Amino acid sequence: MGVSTTRSNEPTVTDPVLIDFATEVGPDGPVAVVGGGTAGPVGGAIDPAARIVHAPVGIVAIQPDELTVTVRAGTTVAALQDALGEVGQFVVLPSLGPASTVGGALALGWSDISALGYGPVRDSVLRIRYVDAWGRIVSTGGPTVKNVSGFDLCRLLVGSLGTIGLMGEVILRTRPRPGVTRWFTGSADARETWRRISPLRPTTLLWNGDTVWARLDGHHEDVAAAATVLAELGVDREVAGPPERPPHRRSLAPSALWSVPSIWPGEWLAELGTGIVHAASPPATTPLSPEVLALNRTIKAHFDPTGRLAPGRRPW
Amino acid sequence: MNLGGSVNAMVLRRSRRASRDASGRHGPDHDSLVDDLVSVLGSDRVLTSTAALRLYGHDASTFRGDAPPAVCLPTTTDEVAAVVTAIRRHGRPFVARGSGTGLAGGAVPLGDAVVIATTRMDRVLSIDAEHRVAWVQPGVLNLDLTRQLRPLGFHFAPDPSSQQACTIGGNVANNSGGPHCLAYGVTSAHVLAADVVLPDGTVARLGGEAVEPSGYDLRGVFVGSEGTLGIATAVAVRLTPNPEGITTMLAVFDDLDAAAASVSAIIAAGIVPAALEMMEGGLASVVEDFCGAGYPRDAAAVLLVELDGPRHGVADDAERVQRTVLDGGARSVRTAADDAEREALWRGRKSAFGAVARILPDYYLHDTVVPRHRLVEVLAEVRAIAARHDLVVHNVFHAGDGNLHPLLLFDSREPGIMERVHAAGDEIVAASLAAGGVLSGEHGIGLEKRDHMAAMFSPVDLEHQDRLRSAFDPDNVCNPDKVLPSGSRCGDLSAVPDGVWV
Repeated sequence: MGVSTTRSNEPTVTDPVLIDFATEVGPDGPVAVVGGGTAGPVGGAIDPAARIVHAPVGIVAIQPDELTVTVRAGTTVAALQDALGEVGQFVVLPSLGPASTVGGALALGWSDISALGYGPVRDSVLRIRYVDAWGRIVSTGGPTVKNVSGFDLCRLLVGSLGTIGLMGEVILRTRPRPGVTRWFTGSADARETWRRISPLRPTTLLWNGDTVWARLDGHHEDVAAAATVLAELGVDREVAGPPERPPHRRSLAPSALWSVPSIWPGEWLAELGTGIVHAASPPATTPLSPEVLALNRTIKAHFDPTGRLAPGRRPW
Repeated sequence: MNLGGSVNAMVLRRSRRASRDASGRHGPDHDSLVDDLVSVLGSDRVLTSTAALRLYGHDASTFRGDAPPAVCLPTTTDEVAAVVTAIRRHGRPFVARGSGTGLAGGAVPLGDAVVIATTRMDRVLSIDAEHRVAWVQPGVLNLDLTRQLRPLGFHFAPDPSSQQACTIGGNVANNSGGPHCLAYGVTSAHVLAADVVLPDGTVARLGGEAVEPSGYDLRGVFVGSEGTLGIATAVAVRLTPNPEGITTMLAVFDDLDAAAASVSAIIAAGIVPAALEMMEGGLASVVEDFCGAGYPRDAAAVLLVELDGPRHGVADDAERVQRTVLDGGARSVRTAADDAEREALWRGRKSAFGAVARILPDYYLHDTVVPRHRLVEVLAEVRAIAARHDLVVHNVFHAGDGNLHPLLLFDSREPGIMERVHAAGDEIVAASLAAGGVLSGEHGIGLEKRDHMAAMFSPVDLEHQDRLRSAFDPDNVCNPDKVLPSGSRCGDLSAVPDGVWV
């Protein structure tokens, strides 16, 4: 790991590591990147005919006073968090397992359970360098936290399951670690808990229909004050962390969560405020409108006309 | 670094293509176009007077577009869709526009583009405070929305300095920022969904109140696309709870570099203020004359630091900020004792652009971003560039984001001055990119920086941006000739239309 003080932002990428990755992807034939494989075949299984390639690995530069990190997409999230921990920072990426990679997490686009407090994973991404369907290196976004220079294709890549381009390197926004992090649980009225505690900016609120789990981050006195409010609501037992999450995932409007107990079969765990539901059984998905479906298909065709990237997989 | 032909300089040499007006714009098709628009909106909401067309021919930038054939003032999604369909039937392009406060020329109509102004779509459709979402029409003013939300305990976090006048639709188009986006993020982080009239006249909901809808993040690519992918007709915005605690401080420095270095020191100490603004001393003095906000008249620079959030954390961070800036060479730190003093400190910051009129009548406001740790050297470079072109420059900017706003002051009556202003601007952009920065932090690309795009992106990068754009707008009719330089399109390049100024 190197800590550099300057970052090249020249339009033409000369980084040999990325050039090697682009060469490996090449201009033709079905191809897909596999990360840690921790999330399973989301969006359909990859066509077995596809050549599997691996994104480069390694942390390129941590810049604590910029609150940014430049990292190869094949680096594990765990390794990145460890390295950032040494400078008192972290990135908002989901913890999907020890093998989970940065590129895999971004291609999946699933936000961490801390999204209520720290925002969705897509807002962590500043710049992506990826290899396109023609085997060329493309840059999108920029190295600074604030940037509105042209169309932001980072948005398109996050959650694209590798169907637009194959990520080689990303710049992510980092955050300072909070003073303390504490988890509490207890049986409580979820809606009342949400109303009372949400103005105090909890990081996570989970609910399984009976029990609520809350994560509080920040200054120890603020956390203690919020914990007092939680205790009044019945969320009064301090625990080490969140419960195990069921494997499947669905996104609902936060206002629709309250009816989940009556509509959801089997075990589930909902994130209050963000509307993400983790469920034991694969949930039915809502079909896209014809207009949105047409846009999705056209976009895929514009970026990968021959369908060689992650064949068999689609994000809709 | 090849910056190509400067768009700014070229705009001054307007091509003489006035004959088009006689042959095309006001020909027979013009009348039937206006008739069709009137049949959708009625005659009172289709403007065709010379004065109105001239007014809508420009925005708050220095760019002067062409007078459009008509200006439409729809009030509903269906009307916008019908207007777009009618315009397309006549083979015309169109430009959506909010209040026209943009500084990059993004809302300037070019050629025979029809203007669709969303200013009459100004209703807040619903507020669900419990679930922190409001649906608003695009013409709602940014500050009006926040004023409606405040009593409920919420606000809309993006707060561009034009927030009294700019619309939510404009904020979405430009992915607008403001001082408080340092901690809260720019508009994209606060938009859940948008109902959009696409360039073919169909209507689609991009995104949703569910934060991870299936498919590509169309909401994400739409926000910040500067009106090139369609027209937002309803926007679901995220409501931000008002903070429990808030502390505002003014740190005064006798040394500009020490002030700039303190910005990095604060962030490196693990503190992310809600806002971290910097103003050079000369300007602080002018601001003080202008509005009596309590700014020093003899400082080299001031930092305005605001911390917000749960109160113990704010108090603790305030102490650490105070220590950091005093260690970094601040001669004094003043903490606002109450809301009145806090408002006075912000009034000083927000009055800066008005106050500079006391120095010279005109200004050109730039917008680039540099890595925070390069602020000292880039500010020195900006001063050197201004000196080389014999221009007055003042800097007041979002230092915490590295978002520079050099303010070049001039008197437009002085012969040859605009060439110098634009030449200096081009050099400032180049210096920012050379320091590892980006073209724009919050004003967008529009026309102003379109021809600088190739300095930040490779031809393949730009081609990919156009792959996205053309997926939404294959016929290049939706705010054409903005953002991407001509030549970005793979294969058949769209020719620059006749009568375009740039």
